[in-house]
Amino acid sequence: MIVPLELTCLTKVFPTPSGPFIAVKDVNAMIDAGEFVAVLGHSGCGKSTVLSIIAGLQRATYGGVVIDGTEATEPGAERAVVFQSPCLLPWLTARQNVLLAAAQRATRHSRRENAATADRYLEMVGVADIAQQLPAELSLGTQQCVSLARALSVEPRFLLLDEPFSMLDSLTRFELQDTLLRVWEESGKTVVMVTHDIDEGLYLADRLILMTDGPGATVGDVLQVPFARPRNRAAVLAHPQYHVCRRHVIDFLEHHAHQSRPSALDDLLESLSCG
Amino acid sequence: MSSLALMRRLWRPQAPTVRHLPELGRAVGIPLLTILVFLFAWSQVAPSIDTSLGQIPGPMAVWQQTQNLWAEHQAERGRAAAFYAREAQRNAERLAQDPTAAITTLTYTGRPTYVDQIVMSLMTLFTGFVLASLVAIPLGIVCGLSTTVNAGINPFIQIFRPVSPLAWLPIVTMMVSATYVSDDPMFAKSFITSAIIVSICSLWPTVINTAMGVSSIDRDLMNVAKVLRLNWTTTLIKVVIPASLPQIFTGLRVSLGVGWMVLIAAEMLAQHPGLGKFVWDEFQNGSSDSLGRIMVAVFTAGIIGFLLDRMMMRVHRLVDYRAACGRQSDCRLRLQSGRS
Repeated sequence: MIVPLELTCLTKVFPTPSGPFIAVKDVNAMIDAGEFVAVLGHSGCGKSTVLSIIAGLQRATYGGVVIDGTEATEPGAERAVVFQSPCLLPWLTARQNVLLAAAQRATRHSRRENAATADRYLEMVGVADIAQQLPAELSLGTQQCVSLARALSVEPRFLLLDEPFSMLDSLTRFELQDTLLRVWEESGKTVVMVTHDIDEGLYLADRLILMTDGPGATVGDVLQVPFARPRNRAAVLAHPQYHVCRRHVIDFLEHHAHQSRPSALDDLLESLSCG
Repeated sequence: MSSLALMRRLWRPQAPTVRHLPELGRAVGIPLLTILVFLFAWSQVAPSIDTSLGQIPGPMAVWQQTQNLWAEHQAERGRAAAFYAREAQRNAERLAQDPTAAITTLTYTGRPTYVDQIVMSLMTLFTGFVLASLVAIPLGIVCGLSTTVNAGINPFIQIFRPVSPLAWLPIVTMMVSATYVSDDPMFAKSFITSAIIVSICSLWPTVINTAMGVSSIDRDLMNVAKVLRLNWTTTLIKVVIPASLPQIFTGLRVSLGVGWMVLIAAEMLAQHPGLGKFVWDEFQNGSSDSLGRIMVAVFTAGIIGFLLDRMMMRVHRLVDYRAACGRQSDCRLRLQSGRS
């Protein structure tokens, strides 16, 4: 069976003056079409490195990313990324930013079709009214919405989110989580989201991939989120399983994420034998 | 009183009186005061220095020469106008007598006036400046994008940047003489020589600033360009150039200033009509007015240089996307109501 998105023995080693530093090691995961997966771990454990390898911005040292049975080492039109900061081009209006992405879709379209696509996604994330404004005139939350619209405009199959809401205040974050959930339900994309917010992961994802601490971070545990879809926040919070799941994750992050590890050299040799 | 106490008294800052001056007074009054002090000191010192061209002119003598130069300019314009009027009248009369008569029109060939020379200087400056920018901006962008190219170009930047325009002059003159051969040249050789020297010397600030601007583009923005798979030209036009435009214009502003400074020397030696040649001619002329006229040229060069810099500052602000928000006074308001 061909898996839409598969991580096999994903390992990233950074050369440093004091020898190789293994950021992530042997990350294995299979992600189904239309699934919402959240990667959860402590800050700096290497979650973002994994995402950036999936996005094609970095190359894995060993192992890699397999999409539909083919290894992916470069950015592609079937993947789109929303970064931690909105990263909109400051000299373009919100609409021009989204338009730039719409023109980069896998298949070529006319100028008018691109404009229609851009407008559709601006509408979908609910920021059509500010389309003509420059990013500097918008709040951070609105900018991140535009950034989401930009990613959607590429019409990717995979949406990669790198702690997209971590810079927002909690009320705006709730609002954007709802927007994301709605967009995901409407569009049926496969989502991989990196986060360090447990509640966010439980509310949004089908599955939580829990990462151990770096160096040599790897998949420590996988948690199937039991809440029924479509979800609403109140129902999720009131669900009898909610606190069980939450305690499970916290327990993992507090006690099992830090594991004593052999030396960096042993790790390297071990990872060599893995591939 | 001990010397220490005296020093302490002398060093005591005079802040209270300054603080009581209103803002406007400080912005206008103090420069005005220093200018008056300067003029006074100048007028006191100048007559005490005797040169072979007479006394060093004081402020009044320089002002007198400014008026003279303006009057000469007006007189020359008057002569030109009279020449063309005479010619038109002559032609009209000739046509009245014989409608088939051949009409000759001549161009008035008077001496270039002081104002003409300023205009010529500015034209040479802009030619050299545009030439320099056409080379420097692309070169800077390539250097900024590629550390390999930068490593290759850097020695040349470091070695050629400090070279005086005077050192380039003989080489450029000979090269222009050897390569620009034409029976009916569109430009004077001295013009090309001056313009090229201006470009060679004003190239470097733009190259360096552009390279700096490009290499310091936010990595996140370059990552966006990568994940969107923008091709090279789109990345250049949509990301690299807009992002480094403020820095490019910082470089251009410095370059224009350097170019203006270099131009006076270049014109002086290449004998191309302009402020530099005016100074040199007056120096060779050696009349009792010469020093006064040269001083007029010095102040003209200073004021024009200042105005050019102001102009570039304005343009710089226009292209700076970081200032785009500040230009709109209601920006802060919109920032608050942005999330609706």
